[in-house]
Amino acid sequence: MATTAGVQVLGSWASPFSNRVELALKLKSVEYEFVEEVFYANKSERLLKANPVYQQIPVLIHDEKPVCESLIIVEYIDEAWTGNGPSILPSDPYERAIARFWAGYVDNKWFPTMKELNTASGDEAKAIVVGKINEGFALLEEAFVKSSKGKAFFGGDDVGYLDIALGCYLGWVKVAELIGGVKLLDGSRTPGLAGWAERFLSHDVAKDIIPEAPKLVEFMGKVQAVRAAAANTAAD
Amino acid sequence: MAGEELILLNFWASMFAARVRIALKEKDLSYEEKEEDLPNKSPLLLKMNPVHKKVPVLIHNGKAVCESLIIVEYIDEMWSDRAPLLPSHPYARAQARFWADFIDKKLFGAATKIIWSKNKDEAEEGKKELIEILKQLEGVLGDKPYFGEDVFGFVDMALIGYYVWFQTYENCADFSIEGECPKLMEWGKRCLERESVSTFLAHPNKVYDLLMSFRNKLGLDYV
Repeated sequence: MATTAGVQVLGSWASPFSNRVELALKLKSVEYEFVEEVFYANKSERLLKANPVYQQIPVLIHDEKPVCESLIIVEYIDEAWTGNGPSILPSDPYERAIARFWAGYVDNKWFPTMKELNTASGDEAKAIVVGKINEGFALLEEAFVKSSKGKAFFGGDDVGYLDIALGCYLGWVKVAELIGGVKLLDGSRTPGLAGWAERFLSHDVAKDIIPEAPKLVEFMGKVQAVRAAAANTAAD
Repeated sequence: MAGEELILLNFWASMFAARVRIALKEKDLSYEEKEEDLPNKSPLLLKMNPVHKKVPVLIHNGKAVCESLIIVEYIDEMWSDRAPLLPSHPYARAQARFWADFIDKKLFGAATKIIWSKNKDEAEEGKKELIEILKQLEGVLGDKPYFGEDVFGFVDMALIGYYVWFQTYENCADFSIEGECPKLMEWGKRCLERESVSTFLAHPNKVYDLLMSFRNKLGLDYV
């Protein structure tokens, strides 16, 4: 069994991907040092050395060995600390495949539609994107019903892989709702998912990690200001 | 293997379906292969993979598993009593998953630019990207016989399906992968010595003919 000494996370409190890693470590009761990489500053030498391929957070460094890509890190945590608490991935191979499938869908198909909401200009364009997001939620609602089998989370009684994969975005979903003036996660359309979201956000571990929407809105403002300043400097 | 029904929804030229065919052979599993006509997808495919509507799909006793790397891990976990496809140590597994994921994130995009290029400039751009990615992978391989250290494994399986497309990329963008990445080409030939690979990979010439026929249909002259 791995020791908890020598565990570092290079991350950012506002990043859903970084949140995933912290969620997994906390679920496994693994102590770690969190090293905040400032989002809008130059990337640290430490980060560039730990993740030369993508130069991005999060990175988990365990006994000086880096692991990159948030979902890969979550699986690593589950396997390296296999004795600590319940499994993050389901134990049945078919259920594992389903959990991995939906996590991939969330990152590769659903999340890009959330990003589109930022760039869509005009009511019509926005409405189209919101439609896509809702289609995604409808699919995830079905996935939730099948996975949870009537229990609280995708992982059943406990928070699991898919809860982590999707739950990390919930703060940003609320931000999109606030800023866009639109209801995305709607109990009338996707009751299962809406109930799950509330339970996830009040979960002992998640509630300390998933940032609240107002803080994220403030963060977004900072990032935009820094980027605008950089653009102005570049234009001079 | 009494009572086990395995069906693979396949496309012969797909680098993704190749991974699954090889994995099934490595585990010595019998299965029924159903070839998809991609412009006319079968009702079974649409039913079994409604989200992406893509091959490969592995149907095991009526239950569908989609996404090639997920299918390979599923096969490894279901038939864990033989021929491991992933390493056993968590760190090595994380590295294997990382590089397989890198291949999916990067290689496909560059290859797409080349094979669907409308002019020499687009092909050139794709070629530069592809060479950079292949060189990076060659660096990861180093002097090892396989990406999986001494054994043919997950990353080798993830990449080898692309190997039969190399000739096509070379023809479309007028360059030599052998010239740029000789160690990678050696690796490819080494993999082809395995029965699971040589029997189940498409022939490079057929792959090239297939692409040309698609390009003709789309009215893309050969650059």
